[in-house]
Amino acid sequence: MASITLEGLRKTYAGNVQAVKGVDLAVEDGEFVVLVGPSGCGKSTLLRMVAGLETISEGTLKIGDRVVNTLEPAERDIAMVFQNYALYPHMTVYQNLAYGLKNRGFKKPVIEERVQKAAKMLEIEDFLSRKPRNLSGGQRQRVAMGRALVREPAAFLFDEPLSNLDAKLRVQMRVEIRKLQRRLKTTSLYVTHDQLEAMTLGDRLVVLNGGLIEQVGTPMEIYARPASMFVAGFIGSPAMNMVPIEYLSSRGARELLVDLPPETDIVGIRPDDMRLSPPETPHLVVESTLELFEAAGAESHLYVRLAESEQPTVIRVSGQPPVNEGETLRFYVTREALHPFNSDTGQRTG
Amino acid sequence: MQTKRSTYQNRWLPFFLLAPQLAITLVFFIWPASQAVKSSFERTDAFGFKTTFVGLENYARILADPSYLNALGRTAIFAISVTVLSMGMALLLAVCVNRVLKSAKFYTTLLVWPYAVAPVVAGVLWWFLFNPTIGLLPHLLDWFGISWNHRVSGSQAMILITIAAAWKQISYNFLFFLAGLQSVPHSLIEAAAIDGATPFKRFWTIVLPLLSPTTFFLLIININYVMFDTFGVIDATTGGGPGQATMTLVYKVYTDGVAGLNIGSSSAQSVMLMGIVIILTFIQFRYVERRVNY
Repeated sequence: MASITLEGLRKTYAGNVQAVKGVDLAVEDGEFVVLVGPSGCGKSTLLRMVAGLETISEGTLKIGDRVVNTLEPAERDIAMVFQNYALYPHMTVYQNLAYGLKNRGFKKPVIEERVQKAAKMLEIEDFLSRKPRNLSGGQRQRVAMGRALVREPAAFLFDEPLSNLDAKLRVQMRVEIRKLQRRLKTTSLYVTHDQLEAMTLGDRLVVLNGGLIEQVGTPMEIYARPASMFVAGFIGSPAMNMVPIEYLSSRGARELLVDLPPETDIVGIRPDDMRLSPPETPHLVVESTLELFEAAGAESHLYVRLAESEQPTVIRVSGQPPVNEGETLRFYVTREALHPFNSDTGQRTG
Repeated sequence: MQTKRSTYQNRWLPFFLLAPQLAITLVFFIWPASQAVKSSFERTDAFGFKTTFVGLENYARILADPSYLNALGRTAIFAISVTVLSMGMALLLAVCVNRVLKSAKFYTTLLVWPYAVAPVVAGVLWWFLFNPTIGLLPHLLDWFGISWNHRVSGSQAMILITIAAAWKQISYNFLFFLAGLQSVPHSLIEAAAIDGATPFKRFWTIVLPLLSPTTFFLLIININYVMFDTFGVIDATTGGGPGQATMTLVYKVYTDGVAGLNIGSSSAQSVMLMGIVIILTFIQFRYVERRVNY
């Protein structure tokens, strides 16, 4: 077990393309940190730099107290779960699990014991003599996990391990990964582009954009107080609505907006914070036309256009409200639901 | 497996469309092969006036003929050395080219060129290089105290045809090995690196086993190549000599049949050769292929 410390980590490819532009991050011992961001944000590159599969152009990487910048992947005491699982197709499940231990010169009985233990933990004991091609997607995923945990490494690195699974299995494996990590308390770094996966798995999230960290925090901190318009739009589904402040003030709600910082020119409102019935506290009232109604079971999404601005906006309500497409709807927003931003800097203002 | 069935209005149209291919197979393979089988049971007198059916006598004779049995053993050695040499070199080159990123295409192009060279030209090329009088290599070998003359030394002649025959086949093997290497997923190599395997171990325990279908395919192709297609190389370099030192089965078929006009024996030999190749291929498919599937 160990902490992972990234100090000013940069990755520059030939032709001066910067994939990672200086990242500082401290992953505590036993912590589960999720790197999340859109494709091309540098999250996979960052993980591969930690793994030793990409060289580090600048900065310092420490695992525990050791600087590991120039160490081979095998010497870093980490294990990695790949997106396509990267199971050795010509080896049985047992051999797949034992390979890393064998290379490290473990004795046969130790290997046997560790493999059996990992197999039991992941419920793959029955498949040990099978080859990967005879396994289902979920089973392969478990074997990939098993290969990581037999080694009992200082840290687990996960590179979008659930993205090849179908939706149902993904949720199931997500829960299992979380449970397993809680039990083993192994420091973990997990890369995903799925914000829901990130929210549910991580002790802390690191939101990346364009090779830089946008925000670091617990999932709820980030959800409740996104530091930038990018984070606001990326975390939470459906995405946060952005409404220009002039529009709201022209709706006769100036008194609610006066205490917002002066540089604020746009406010974010979560789809769930738009109510269809007026709350008791002071609130804004915005009129809109319902374009599309989407029933998703326990909740519904209302796609509306704001009156006189035609801006598309999403509202999420629980259950199924009695509304019809084409109808004019009023919705109500309280002061607490407003996230103030400056659209030039993209940063939160208060 | 479900195959797609096409239906034709005219029932002769499919036969008509297949006719050119069928005609070529018929004229250049089926007919000569059946002639060979037929004449392998016959004996023709020296002037070609009389042909008599002799049953299996031609076969009995060649199997009792020490020069045929020697050729058989020689061919086995030749086949193994050419296959090992050409596949080994090709794999080495493919691994090297697979490692370079920038000029991989350039190297590939250069390495494939020898395949475009006709067997006889390849033979002549190596004949020149190893020519004891004017060749470059005997001159260099002389410095190491090796006196090269494949016109006298049977084993040197064998080395010469092995090198020439292997050289020509390296390009073909190289292309397949390179394609095979490129289809090994990079993440497997990375996983093995994290699993603590040294580059050498990664190659032996991951890459090579994953290449085994390619290796198996090339093994069959190479053995077939050595058995049949090395005629040109041998004819252009040693002509089967000195003595009978480089007389392989296919060259003996030619020598006895075309030069010696012993059609019956030559036909029996070519039928035997075909039989040997069929049996070898069958054995390979039966016993080796089973172990290379993963």
